[in-house]
Amino acid sequence: MKPAPFDYRRPGSIAEAVQILAGEPNAKVLAGGQSLVPLLSMRLAAPAMLVDINAIPGLDAIEVEDGGVRIGALARHAAVLASPDVRRVQPLVPMALAHVAHATIRNRGTTVGSLIHADAAAEMPVVLSLLGGSVDVDGPSGRRTIPASELYVGPLESSLHHDEIAVSAFFPALAPGAGVAFQELARRHGDYALVGAAALVEGESVEVGYLSVSDVPTVVDLSGVDDADLGEAALAQLEPADDIHATAAYRAQLVRVLTGKVVRSAREWADQHAEGAR
Amino acid sequence: MTTKLMGQGVQRVEDQRFLRGLGRYVDDVAVEQQVLHAAVLRSPHAHARILDIDVADVLDVEGVHAVYTYDDLTGPMAEPLPLLIPHPALTHGRTQYALAKDEVNYVGEAIAFVVAEDRYVAEDAVARIRVDYEFLPPVVGIAAARAAERLVHDDVPGNVGARLEQEVGDAKAAIARAPHTLSLDLTVERSACMPMEGRGTVARWDPDLHRLQVWTSTQSSTGVRAAVAVKMGLGLGQVDVVTPDVGGGFGVKINHPWPEELLVPMAARALGRTVKFTEDRREHFISSAHERGQVHHIEVGFDDDGRLLGLDVEFWHDHGAFTPYGLIVPIITSTQLLGPYKPQNYRVVFESLYTNTVMVTPYRGAGRPQGCYAMERTMDAIAAYLGKDRTEVRAVNFIQPDEFPYDQGLIFQDGRELEYDSGDYPASLEKIKALVGWDEFPAFQAEMAAQGRRVGIGLACYVEGTGVGPYEGAHVHIETSGKVKVATGLTTQGQGHATVFAQLVADELGCPFEDVEVVTGDTRRMPYAVGTFASRAAVMSGSAIHLAAKRAKEKVLKIAAEALEADEKDLQIVDGVVSVKGSPGTSIDLGTVSVLSNPLRYAFDEASKAATQFSVGDPGKPPVPEDEEPGLEGKDFYSPERATFASGMHAVIVETDPDTAEITILKYAVVHDCGKLINPMIVEGQIHGGVAQGVGGALYERMAYDESGQLLNASFMDFLMPYVTEVPDGIDVDHLETASPLNPLGIKGAGEAGVIPSAAVFAAAIEDAEGIPITAMPISPSELFTLRQEHSS
Repeated sequence: MKPAPFDYRRPGSIAEAVQILAGEPNAKVLAGGQSLVPLLSMRLAAPAMLVDINAIPGLDAIEVEDGGVRIGALARHAAVLASPDVRRVQPLVPMALAHVAHATIRNRGTTVGSLIHADAAAEMPVVLSLLGGSVDVDGPSGRRTIPASELYVGPLESSLHHDEIAVSAFFPALAPGAGVAFQELARRHGDYALVGAAALVEGESVEVGYLSVSDVPTVVDLSGVDDADLGEAALAQLEPADDIHATAAYRAQLVRVLTGKVVRSAREWADQHAEGAR
Repeated sequence: MTTKLMGQGVQRVEDQRFLRGLGRYVDDVAVEQQVLHAAVLRSPHAHARILDIDVADVLDVEGVHAVYTYDDLTGPMAEPLPLLIPHPALTHGRTQYALAKDEVNYVGEAIAFVVAEDRYVAEDAVARIRVDYEFLPPVVGIAAARAAERLVHDDVPGNVGARLEQEVGDAKAAIARAPHTLSLDLTVERSACMPMEGRGTVARWDPDLHRLQVWTSTQSSTGVRAAVAVKMGLGLGQVDVVTPDVGGGFGVKINHPWPEELLVPMAARALGRTVKFTEDRREHFISSAHERGQVHHIEVGFDDDGRLLGLDVEFWHDHGAFTPYGLIVPIITSTQLLGPYKPQNYRVVFESLYTNTVMVTPYRGAGRPQGCYAMERTMDAIAAYLGKDRTEVRAVNFIQPDEFPYDQGLIFQDGRELEYDSGDYPASLEKIKALVGWDEFPAFQAEMAAQGRRVGIGLACYVEGTGVGPYEGAHVHIETSGKVKVATGLTTQGQGHATVFAQLVADELGCPFEDVEVVTGDTRRMPYAVGTFASRAAVMSGSAIHLAAKRAKEKVLKIAAEALEADEKDLQIVDGVVSVKGSPGTSIDLGTVSVLSNPLRYAFDEASKAATQFSVGDPGKPPVPEDEEPGLEGKDFYSPERATFASGMHAVIVETDPDTAEITILKYAVVHDCGKLINPMIVEGQIHGGVAQGVGGALYERMAYDESGQLLNASFMDFLMPYVTEVPDGIDVDHLETASPLNPLGIKGAGEAGVIPSAAVFAAAIEDAEGIPITAMPISPSELFTLRQEHSS
């Protein structure tokens, strides 16, 4: 379990990092390394070069902006989880982060790194998708913003170009009167979820995002669906699959159970906080 | 008098070191030196013929020192690895070669061995070896092995390595006559030992002394020593094997020699360099041993009280691709299945089958969890059939306390009669019922049901043959400092031997506990030893150490009596000082006695000077009398007639979620009888660890092989070992102490007990909660959900 040989660079600026990436098509960006390093050790990935962005100043910022919160590429899960600003502006983020792996992994792993790793079993891509957030990336032709709806193109595949670096993610604020909830079921505490669901309710609008039931993070619009039919309505748009931990039928059952629960719980959240606001 | 330490929960002397990260494991050995590192090319295929191995690209890699394939092995190294425990029924035993010869039979089998500057380079080199394979159809799982449409080994018909039948009475006839009969089909899947530290070996050849020094993470240093010596053509005296701290064994390290335990010494001698191999986790999954996988068919006949009249068990044991450890696991299953019961007529027959998977050798519990599961599920089925309380059916079948020693009429794993030495099963049952709240449970269950919640209770009993022979020995040496150095040859994998053995020595010698230092697993200190497995260390080495300390004490008293001009009978040893009872001023400390025991005239230290006040020995006779030896030592061996039989009962209350089928443990209770306790805290620790492992085996862990023989979950991401969050918050433990008559301390083994009843007890509790028969373990929420679907349709 030792990685194959690779070159290692540690640029001091984003511009330098972009330049290095442009010169090596088979390079990978190293931020927290919590997914990448195990892949290297098991030789499931063998990039020619690692571009370690940890020395680039300013990338760990967590800032409240108009309409949401921006999380820098080097902000660790633990810092995001602990941030009162994030909790106030978009409470779904810490709700989901509490389910991301274990404390030691959250201390090192980055939220933006998890978004770009694009694992459909991970929590944060679903949250970004459900909230309609975005990721800012820098590349040779400058900075661009990729909306979540265009970020996830396949299993473990994002729409970033190889010479682009994600510099931050933007999570929109929770609108007044709206509510959110997150729940998942995992075999063990901290494992990848068998199924997870995040809900966003805002007036008549009901949306639920799912992890581990399709190749990419999937958001389903359940507005106008009777409460009793929520699960089945969601399943019509999902494709749960078998793996060694659960059958597709069991995953479907968890979708039924979790959908009702998260929608109910998001509404309760909205009610409680609406009362608090008065 | 000093308080006896036997029976006290003395704090473990090991823990300071371990908790501060000061443990020293094989991978910590020789770190300061220019060590070469080894990596192994392992078969990516479950079954294939090797047509060609091309290593031409490897030696070009900078930093590579050597690459070995089968063709490089010579003499005994080129022979198959030993079949450690042959058995007449094992008619088709097969073992692998240190490096595969012509054919591979499981994913993970060693094919080539690379030695390089570091492990990175070694792995790079392994990746450049090219092997041409001719694929052969793999045999995966018991059904495929039985069907025998394909063979694992061409010369093993039906994939059957062994068939063994034992019978007491006439089971079939008794079942035919019985008023009631039932049949059950049960399955247990594979799991494996997952020690934190995998296997590892370091070797250094000393060209000046012509000696080989080996450090290995093993459960039997003497076994590895003998194997290395034979395979390398060395005299036993040229090989030293040291087992440093071992980060868990659980059985997998009793199988030996592993290929690397031979290849590392071979390379070290050939290259004249220290060579190290440290197994990584993926290697542990695919190349170390597994266990558990069995399928049982049970026929049982019983009377109106649930009394067993005849029991007929047929089972199939998946032993993987090779049989280095013989038939130990299925023999234990077939005999220990009986537990605390007397079935009157019992027939058991098993087939031990080849599959193209990792080989099977004992894992903590060693076949007992499967046997216990078969027997206890049978008891539950009888109770359900008769509408009786499950504990009543068990109670009518118990061997009674006045029936010991009780001969089950079978031959146990050690080749001796399966004769239980002592026990009190009715008392255990009363204790477990009280501990778990058995009689109150139906009311609780009804109360929960009214709230829409499902809870269930399960109970299981077991008997464990522990402390099997043939022997262990011990050496106790009282130094001139008064410190007591104790050596026993078996190894330690975290059990707390340095603590419990020191308790025994301090008790016997009357020295301070702190003055006793215990060394295990070092063939230089104790060349004759067997190993640590089968819950045998406390019984075997504990007894040997007790006897050796007794011998040392005899010598202490003899010398002290002469020095103090007193009668031996009037002497006592308290806190390391020998004194005349009632005359505390007339005394001599153990260090001084040690000086006197060695009539050497040089005064190296204060103790020697102090000794000059005493005069011992007859000036008219030789300084060392005939039949005596210089030095204050005691050495002895303990070799029991047969195993001691520990026993116990577990009970669990679980809750199952009606929607998600998640299984939650509400209460876990254990009553345990391992005879006289040396250290109850350590015994409870063993039980806690065993229960945690049992929870894993019952609810989480399995080896997910696909049809082609690939292990799909060969990492801790997908092989679900329980975290602390998955094991019960509290485990209620109660002890019973039924002394064993077979050893001087009255003790029985405790190491494996915690894990034995887990599959049985969880299956019973889930069945009770759900009202659906649970016949296959482990069980996941997804599987429980599937069972619900099948049951309702």
